[in-house]
Amino acid sequence: MTAAPLLQARAVSVSYQTRRGSIDALREVDLAVGEGEFVTILGPSGCGKSTLLKLAAGLLTPTLGQVEVGGVPVEGPSRDIGVAFQKPTLLPWRTVLDNVLLPSETAGASGAEAERRARELLDLVGLRDFAGNYPNELSGGMQQRVGLARMLQRDPRLLLMDEPFAALDAMTREALTLELQRIWMRDRKSVLFITHSIPEAVMLSDRVLVMSARPGRVVEDFKVDIPRPRTMATLAEPAFTAAADHLRRHFIG
Amino acid sequence: MQRLTAVLYPLATLAVVLLAWHFSVTYFKVPDYILTTPGAVFRTLVSVFQDGTIWRHIGYTVAATLIGYAIGSALALVLGALLAESRTFEKFVYPLLVAIQATPKVALAPLILVWFGFGLASKVVLVVLICFFPLFINTIVGIRRVDPDLIDACRAFSASRWYIFRHVKLPAASGDIFAGLQIGVSLALIGTVVGELVSSEAGLGYLIGSAAVNLNVSTMFAGVILLAAFGVAGAQTVRWLHRKIVFWEAAGGADTQARS
Repeated sequence: MTAAPLLQARAVSVSYQTRRGSIDALREVDLAVGEGEFVTILGPSGCGKSTLLKLAAGLLTPTLGQVEVGGVPVEGPSRDIGVAFQKPTLLPWRTVLDNVLLPSETAGASGAEAERRARELLDLVGLRDFAGNYPNELSGGMQQRVGLARMLQRDPRLLLMDEPFAALDAMTREALTLELQRIWMRDRKSVLFITHSIPEAVMLSDRVLVMSARPGRVVEDFKVDIPRPRTMATLAEPAFTAAADHLRRHFIG
Repeated sequence: MQRLTAVLYPLATLAVVLLAWHFSVTYFKVPDYILTTPGAVFRTLVSVFQDGTIWRHIGYTVAATLIGYAIGSALALVLGALLAESRTFEKFVYPLLVAIQATPKVALAPLILVWFGFGLASKVVLVVLICFFPLFINTIVGIRRVDPDLIDACRAFSASRWYIFRHVKLPAASGDIFAGLQIGVSLALIGTVVGELVSSEAGLGYLIGSAAVNLNVSTMFAGVILLAAFGVAGAQTVRWLHRKIVFWEAAGGADTQARS
């Protein structure tokens, strides 16, 4: 790696105090996401994947170790970062457009320019005609698309996605995975993506970091050498199957 | 058609009750200082509106109720929001407020009349006390049970604490807040009437009280009917506002469970 990574975690540990003593969610995790790189964290439920994302988003401070974005220690939420969550987390009393505008509003930058950007992003995620609708008028998949548009609204340098498609049905999920690749290939931002789906990880990533069950540690750093754009046909290619089989071995037995 | 029957069916029940009332009074020859016919009540209602004597009482009761309701609700919203947001404030105030909540407020009516006089002020104070708690508790509960993921999402986009309060917690709690306002409306009217019954210079409760002294049953019924009409009008107004403002909660309105 030549340039310094955009996101770097060094020996990060997180432990929670409970009545029965402390529980380690993460133990000495190292992680680096380079400029323009799509990195996925793959692991079983409860391995601390989401904790790692919350650290990067500045929603949580590590018990030990340090997280840096662009060489600066993370001390709280940053405007350089866009986040998408497993739940759409849209405000039900706001229209789709106003939900996408939220990051601009909190940055004190709402106005005609922000609205133009939001409409462009809604166009990008295929929701141009739904700007004036309310979230509960949309399907789960459409709500997640709104979440993606909101994540991109402030043109952040780093995107963090916490199982954004986990709550969707299988078909919607495949469609959105391909769509995310298309959106990402447009301007190749740095991404930290979290999932427990092996095909999703192989389909989207440049690198896959495999995490062990609690306490979470990175047990493999796997490079996915499959040319882009990957399509539905890619799923049947030997390179894809081999990569998926290799990753699956971590979770069997 | 459904809307029509929704109006017609209860009216049919009412007609049966009124007829039964009328004929039992005439058949059993009930003396009019015990119970009069519905017709006599209606004639009394018409006459008090014709000679205009009723307006002073209506104005008094409506003013006491509305002023007290407005002040009580505003206080409950502000204090409820403060308490939901500040653990320190909660520690200092909450146990005391729970103790006051457990006290039946109407028991304080005579004391309040001694302190605030027999005029409008004492009724307003009683209404404030009585309609404060349901909204206060609902505001706290509503703000506290906002989905933490929704708050985290907004925090991740650098939303300030005030922004989250104003644009996430307050709207999310508005269903519970309206449920509290709904209970408050009927309680407010009770507060006014209790105050007026204990001692007053005017008002529908005062009218009923003085009619009782003269065994004037028609006037008592006329007062009760007017109070019922105002109670229904108030509750319907709040319900309508609830549906308009909290439009994203489909089941809002009558079915909302109130916790108090």
